[in-house]
Amino acid sequence: MGPTGPTASRRLGAFADRWLLKLFTIGAIGYLMVPILVMIVFSFNKPEGKFNFVWAQFSLDAWATPLNRPGLSDALWTSILVAIVGTFFATILGTLIALALVRYRFRGRNATNLFIFVPMATPEIVLGASLLTIFVSTATLEPFKSIIPSGIFYPLGLPTIIIAHIMFNISYVVVTVKARIQGFDRHLEEAAMDLGANEWTTFWKVTFPLIRPGIIAAALLAFSLSIDDFIVTNFTSGLVNTFPVWVWGTIRNNLPPQVHVIGTAIFLIAVGGVAIATFLQSRGGRTVAIRPR
Amino acid sequence: MSLQRSRRAIPYLLMAPGLLWLLLFFVIPNVQMLVFSLSEGTLRTGFTTPPEVWDIENYTGSVSKFSSNFSNSIVYGALATILCFLIGYPLAYAIAFKGGRWKNLLLFLVIAPFFTSFLIRTISWKIILGNDGPVLAIVRDLLHLVPANFSIIGSPLAVVGGLTYQFLPFMVLPLYVSIEKVDRRLIEAAKDLYAGPWRRGGLVAGAIFGAFALVALQVGLGYGAFIGEDAAPAAVVAAALVGAVAGGLVGAFLISQSFIRVTFPLSLPGVFAASILTFIPAIGDYVNPQLLGSPKTQMVGNVIQGRFLDQNDYPIAAALAFLLMAGILVAIFLYARLLGTEELTGGTA
Repeated sequence: MGPTGPTASRRLGAFADRWLLKLFTIGAIGYLMVPILVMIVFSFNKPEGKFNFVWAQFSLDAWATPLNRPGLSDALWTSILVAIVGTFFATILGTLIALALVRYRFRGRNATNLFIFVPMATPEIVLGASLLTIFVSTATLEPFKSIIPSGIFYPLGLPTIIIAHIMFNISYVVVTVKARIQGFDRHLEEAAMDLGANEWTTFWKVTFPLIRPGIIAAALLAFSLSIDDFIVTNFTSGLVNTFPVWVWGTIRNNLPPQVHVIGTAIFLIAVGGVAIATFLQSRGGRTVAIRPR
Repeated sequence: MSLQRSRRAIPYLLMAPGLLWLLLFFVIPNVQMLVFSLSEGTLRTGFTTPPEVWDIENYTGSVSKFSSNFSNSIVYGALATILCFLIGYPLAYAIAFKGGRWKNLLLFLVIAPFFTSFLIRTISWKIILGNDGPVLAIVRDLLHLVPANFSIIGSPLAVVGGLTYQFLPFMVLPLYVSIEKVDRRLIEAAKDLYAGPWRRGGLVAGAIFGAFALVALQVGLGYGAFIGEDAAPAAVVAAALVGAVAGGLVGAFLISQSFIRVTFPLSLPGVFAASILTFIPAIGDYVNPQLLGSPKTQMVGNVIQGRFLDQNDYPIAAALAFLLMAGILVAIFLYARLLGTEELTGGTA
């Protein structure tokens, strides 16, 4: 009995290692995928009532008229516009901070690291609520009322949404770009300087191409956070709708399958975008690896 | 000399625009929210702010008035975090250690939910868990495990389930990063030093943890008498027994000593970071309780958004939001004290 015990249990352990963990992983990933599948399936539904909650029959109607709802197309364009503008500025501002944090030793560096983390750790509802209070203050309270010309921040609208999106994306950009900069070899820059390049040339010819994949990744992250954002946007949008805010408004009265169609389309475009970016990045990585030799 | 000095200014110049943005649209708004939380009035009547009034009543009054919303937030947030951990740790471990060539694909699948709207994912759960949805079709109509008038939507189970799903990636990614960093040679060394299955220690620890987790779930979800009756002693004992048996089996047979002595302790910073990153958005959420819950399952977020956006009662809403924020700031500073700032913001510089 003695020798078989450990062997049997070791075999059981190996079995668990091999199969149980694998099964668990498949199950967990499946769990993550289920709501996405439901969204895709229900985009082909023709609901009986006003709400697309129960499967009735297969139909391509919603796909044929994806924007055929009052306000939906405006909301969608607003979402795209906000995401593009917000991503552009957040990526620039965040990348500059990331460069400073990784490449320089300076007083206040640790404090800045912590400070950058705070917005990410703040619940979105607090980010949104605090922006709403400051925007309302510019119209109602001193000293803001006299410093800030009326009409810029209040009534709320497109500018306040974009301001909010830039704000909550900066930290995510910093963290993403930082991770990339930390991985690269500073000797490459020193070599460029030794060969007579000034700091500006070194940055554009050496540093920037090396951190570009990180910047692209950060921009993609910011874009996806921005186009999907509901909570902060709901507080800062006033009467303007983005796609998620429009869905939130409509769900009180009805839920057309068009919502699922647009959700599916955004999902497919995002997945395609990431696939292309990954492909380009792996190619870009290879050329960069070869070039310095 | 002046070149030296101007070089020293470079990092500050690089950071200036971004930090200015955060100052204007993150710091000052939060200060202003603090001011509002001590003020009186509404959007229509105008506000009276400190130093003219210091309305502490906003805090004391709202804590007692909305205590059920606060406790909902804390209970649901904590349960969702525990569930995320139970699902997320094995998943992150599997991806980091056994992922092989599938690693990138698996990571991509973990974040894939982020490519659809938060609202639409929640709507999907409303479909799945709904009275005419697939889950009840199996559990109620096919297996007759629950009575005919049983519904999941509206119960804490639905809200906690939704929160768990929404924030699972927030748990998995930091865990993955920290498990991935664990030096494999240390595990090899542990095995060379006869680290085997966890056995007796695992049986005891697993049983205790399993019992605790299941009782927490049972009491937490039954809390407020939503599902059937109140948490009856018999049900609690049953939950404890089931949890203890399951946890004991897992601890004794599936977990190795090398994992408990090496891998898990080394991944602890990731466990803390992941728990914080999951708990924070979970307690602040108002979409899941609104779409999946009932009036009884409303969380602090629902009160804050209702007061701000529907009733324009800014002072009370600001006080509630500030309480939420203050609690989280305390958590972050404690965390930074314990583990340092670099761990929070990703990697070592």
